[in-house]
Amino acid sequence: MQISPLIAFAHVGKSFGGGRGTQAVRAVDDVSLEIAEGEFLVIVGGSGSGKTTLLRLANRLIDADQGQITVEGDDVRSVDPIQLRRRIGYVFQSGGLFPHFSVSGNIGITPKLIGTPPDEIAARVDELLDLVRLDRALYRDRFPHELSGGQRQRVGVARALAARPRIVLMDEPFGALDPLTRDALGDDYRELHRKLGLTTVMITHDMTEALLLADRIAVMRGGKLLAQGTPAQLSRSEDPYVGELLRTPRRQAERLNALLPRGSAA
Amino acid sequence: MSFFSDPRWGEALAHLPDYLGNHVRVSVTALALGLVVSLPLAIAARNHRAIRGALLGFASIVQTVPGLALLALFYPLLLALAALSLAWFGAGFSAFGFLPAVLALALYSMLPVLRNTITGLGGVDPAIREAAEGVGMTPLQSLFQVELPLALPVMMAGIRTAAVWVIGTATLSTPIGQTSLGNYIFAGLQTQNWVFVLFGCLAAAMLALAVDQLLALIEAGIRHRSRLRVLAGGIGIATLVAATLVPQTARAPSGIIVGAKTFAEQYVLSALVAQRLRAAGFSAGSREGLGSNVIFEALAAGDIDVYVDYSGTLWANQLQRADIRPRAELLAELKATLAHRNITLLGELGFENAYALVMPRRRAEALGIRGIADLASHAATMSMAADYEFFSRPEWAGLQKAYGLKFRTQRQMQPDFMYAAAASGEVDVIAGYTSDGLIAKYDLVVLEDTRHAIPPYDAIMLLAPKRAGDEALRAALTPLLGSIDIATMREANLRAAGGDGASSPDAVARWLWDKVGKR
Ligand SMILES: Nc1ncnc2c1ncn2[C@@H]1O[C@H](COP(=O)(O)OP(=O)(O)OP(=O)(O)O)[C@@H](O)[C@H]1O
Ligand SMILES: [Mg+2]
Repeated sequence: MQISPLIAFAHVGKSFGGGRGTQAVRAVDDVSLEIAEGEFLVIVGGSGSGKTTLLRLANRLIDADQGQITVEGDDVRSVDPIQLRRRIGYVFQSGGLFPHFSVSGNIGITPKLIGTPPDEIAARVDELLDLVRLDRALYRDRFPHELSGGQRQRVGVARALAARPRIVLMDEPFGALDPLTRDALGDDYRELHRKLGLTTVMITHDMTEALLLADRIAVMRGGKLLAQGTPAQLSRSEDPYVGELLRTPRRQAERLNALLPRGSAA
Repeated sequence: MSFFSDPRWGEALAHLPDYLGNHVRVSVTALALGLVVSLPLAIAARNHRAIRGALLGFASIVQTVPGLALLALFYPLLLALAALSLAWFGAGFSAFGFLPAVLALALYSMLPVLRNTITGLGGVDPAIREAAEGVGMTPLQSLFQVELPLALPVMMAGIRTAAVWVIGTATLSTPIGQTSLGNYIFAGLQTQNWVFVLFGCLAAAMLALAVDQLLALIEAGIRHRSRLRVLAGGIGIATLVAATLVPQTARAPSGIIVGAKTFAEQYVLSALVAQRLRAAGFSAGSREGLGSNVIFEALAAGDIDVYVDYSGTLWANQLQRADIRPRAELLAELKATLAHRNITLLGELGFENAYALVMPRRRAEALGIRGIADLASHAATMSMAADYEFFSRPEWAGLQKAYGLKFRTQRQMQPDFMYAAAASGEVDVIAGYTSDGLIAKYDLVVLEDTRHAIPPYDAIMLLAPKRAGDEALRAALTPLLGSIDIATMREANLRAAGGDGASSPDAVARWLWDKVGKR
């Protein structure tokens, strides 16, 4: 049976600049990509390859120049962007927490915007704090500047989930974290994704993280979608850049194995 | 007498509820109006570079207009508007005092508010703005829930600056008829009452400081999310405003309002008129320190009821006449013309306060100068000083034409300093006033105007249209007519410049009545 994809990009292009003598940047160039319901897609690629731009196009933080984007079957240009964004959870690359809102204010913002009663929001905030493993009583009333980087990113994830979206877009949600926390948070989120039946598109720089979390991986370079597929499919790719990307984690693992004799430390 | 036992401190203190109350009300209203206009403008302009530039440019230009000029400009503007409104809608409004002061000060407050609001909104991290969009806020929700709260500390700093500016500049609203702490300063400067000047400056500075600190408290409260501090600051401001409203409701302006221009003789005469009115059972108040053009229009509009002007001034300024007539003829024509506007020329006080060319007696004698005609041949090597308006008045043009005067240099000076400058030889000739007491004090001589280039300047009492038929008022004022000769007025003016407790306008007016009332 052919399931229609939850998010679909068809020949999408987006350029920036070009005014006042500067050369236009083709940030996203003829990208076609489909994400099925319940899928966990990870986008990888070098800095400036267009990953964030692609994600912002999906909830219309910016509009495409070319091509068509559909979310839940609707062309995004034909729906109200405000309603669209309230339906989609978004975790920002830089965190994007509101510095003048407490943790609960940040997490509860989208439910508040759609008119959820305050007591329901409060209950939802506590539930989400549990979900991202932050102590309710301790963190609810803190302000972003009173949190560690990792705690902020957890709040960012909780905020994206607050209005019970079906789709979550995450832009390097676990960047700038120590490896242990990062690993744990990744596993936690993967579990949430499964439990809540979410459809997730996540961007990361870390190939190992991508391989461990993703159902499917999309590789971007210079605005173009270079390859997409399951880790196994990608490993058969003939593109040298993709090959290089995939070899890196394995080579690192082998070198680590050599450096750390089996059974030591752990 | 020691500095603090000077009775003028007590006198100054007695005026405080009235002056401070008016000062706070005009400042707070102007600031509120400024905010109501500037905030939406700044918000609307924040994403449009061209509009933003135009707005800031406009506000900066307004800022470069001296406060006094800005305030003075609003008076004729509003006067014209009031006339239009009367013609079109059958209802005029008073272009005097409160309204022009509020409008000018509001305009003055705009620059810091506009600039800081635009800067504050522009300084919000774009990532935060994108996050606001990303969580599903509408542009308005983003503005009110995210951008404005984050910009608020910077905006508050602008509001503080505006508040301090407005409170300081409001002292200049006295000449357009708005009572303010400036009344102390203007009256004090004119009557050499340094206690008043000091008191006015201190009161204005302390008010500005208090408001600034209260706003700073609110600002700190916003910054540190301390509701307590915001509340405390808010209550402080509200208390200040409320406290100044109480005495005002208690003393609504009533009775006959006597006007005075911005020089000592006028303060003395208005005090004299007010004293005579009270003695006759009227309740009388005063509006002092009014600009020369403002005061006549205020009388015509009924904002004041009575004041003393000078025939030559009205002849040139209100009748726009450049020709010169003999005294009696000029007075008769003036009276008839004023009657057209329903203004009553009650009569002359008995002395003239005309412009006159004045120089040290010895020097004049040494050079053989008796009249202005003798001056012409020496003028090319001489310097001359006059007040701020003289050189642009028709009298000066008339003098130059009649006598062919051309001085080496011309300077403008505060009238109080002019006579001393002439006595010390710093300038050779000054355009003084015939009734000034300093002429005798410094042994100066008034040069004869044999060709009658300067029109007569009889002191005359004028009544507002609404008082034209008030017989009791006329009866109370009639004893003053023809009673004050030039020597007496000169002495009164000299006393008013005495700089001690006996030199307050009220005290001098009492002395004056003692002297002339028995005649
Ligand atoms: N608003 C913008 N205006 C102009 N250029 C932009 C804008 N946003 C992105 N770009 C450009 O588009 C290209 C792709 O940017 P994008 O943010 O999508 O990269 P990215 O893959 O997310 O990079 P990173 O991994 O560093 O976050 C870059 O060259 C960037 O400079
Ligand atoms: Mg990015």
